[in-house]
Amino acid sequence: MSLWNGIVDYLQLYGDKTLSQAGWHALLSAVPVILGLVIAIPIGWVAFRVRWTYPPLISLSGVLYTIPSLALFVLLPGILHTQILDPINVFVALTAYTVALLVRVVADGLASVPDEVRQSALAMGFNGWQRFFKVELPVALPVIAAGLRVAVVSNVSLVSVAALIGVPQLGQLFTTGFQLDSTAPIVLGIVACVVMALCFDAIILLLLRVVTPWRSAGASR
Amino acid sequence: MIGSVGAWLSDPANWQGPEGIVARLNEHLAYSLLAVLIAGLIAFPLGVFIGHTGKGTFIVAGTANALRALPTLGLLILLVLTIANAMPAALTYRVPAMIVLVLLGIPPILSGTYAGVANVDPAVRDAAYGMGMTSGVVAWRVEVPVAVPLIIGGVRSALLQVIATTTVIAYVSLGGFGRYVIDGLKQQDYPQMAGGSVLVAVLAIVVDVLMAGVQRLTSPGRPLRAPRGQLRRQPASG
Repeated sequence: MSLWNGIVDYLQLYGDKTLSQAGWHALLSAVPVILGLVIAIPIGWVAFRVRWTYPPLISLSGVLYTIPSLALFVLLPGILHTQILDPINVFVALTAYTVALLVRVVADGLASVPDEVRQSALAMGFNGWQRFFKVELPVALPVIAAGLRVAVVSNVSLVSVAALIGVPQLGQLFTTGFQLDSTAPIVLGIVACVVMALCFDAIILLLLRVVTPWRSAGASR
Repeated sequence: MIGSVGAWLSDPANWQGPEGIVARLNEHLAYSLLAVLIAGLIAFPLGVFIGHTGKGTFIVAGTANALRALPTLGLLILLVLTIANAMPAALTYRVPAMIVLVLLGIPPILSGTYAGVANVDPAVRDAAYGMGMTSGVVAWRVEVPVAVPLIIGGVRSALLQVIATTTVIAYVSLGGFGRYVIDGLKQQDYPQMAGGSVLVAVLAIVVDVLMAGVQRLTSPGRPLRAPRGQLRRQPASG
């Protein structure tokens, strides 16, 4: 098969470069999800606890979500005073999207904790912090994990768009293929992106299973 | 830096002519609306069928998940390289771009229509059958009208996704606001790139607000949220 040979040839020539692009791609997709989660938990908690903040916080994240990623990649250097090719812009843009997605998920996840559970924690003498970290957050984890899966899988494909402004990652296989008029790097890039997305998805499912051992296996959505 | 972007946007010379902002806006809207229209023609009947019969529900979740992971830019360039030679010159880039945009528009409309039709109150459906309506009439005269707010919600997500991605098709020499980003990068003209980005962002927000209004008008006293289990729309790519 000539496509297969083309991919093998390409990897023989540019294997190291492709590997470093894949490494960057993984970093650019995963780090914003972790940062986004860390930022979204307190904001989501506020949106859940302080009722009147819910509508404005959700609208604000909705607007942020509406801004196309390529536009954000281009506008951030002007706001942050960074270079246009600086990967920082991609990190910041994707972290912002993840926060926007997860604030609602965290708030709704916390709201999904049954009231009996909250009451029992109170009755057992847990203070506010203990109740949040030992009871409410763990019970909300499945809902939050579902949001994380969406965030990480869409990040993998959003990152590849950053190839248009030259940030190193697998999306460059697409622009390279276009310039060389060769389908091999493009197919390689698409397959690599999809496999990476599936792996991240599986990792989150696995982590969820590890940190919530009380849930029966296979019960995740 | 923000001042120079403002200067680019407010320069009347940038608004006129075949490469002006008005022309680019027309191109951007034309590609986006045509793509969403075609996506709707495919996804709406399919969504009604799946929601009404309960057959093939796996297609709904399957397309949404698969397309979320698929890199749009890669698909676009792959299609350009593989099918462009079989096209008349005028369509070389337009057909591949349209295929990608339509593919992106299908999942939100499909899942919105499916969710709207499948979640119609069973009592309403039973009442319609009890009145002697046939299956097709129940679907068309009862389930679809009840599902309208969720269908509009699906169209709203599809529009957002497609407007964002239409920016990317400038890479394969097509028009729309993406031209300013791609050309600005080549010419090392940051105000042009940023100006184009502001325009796409504003267009996306304006269309989203308009669609939110339509959604509200079509759903009297009904919460705007999709039923549980329907995850929020994915971030707009492109």
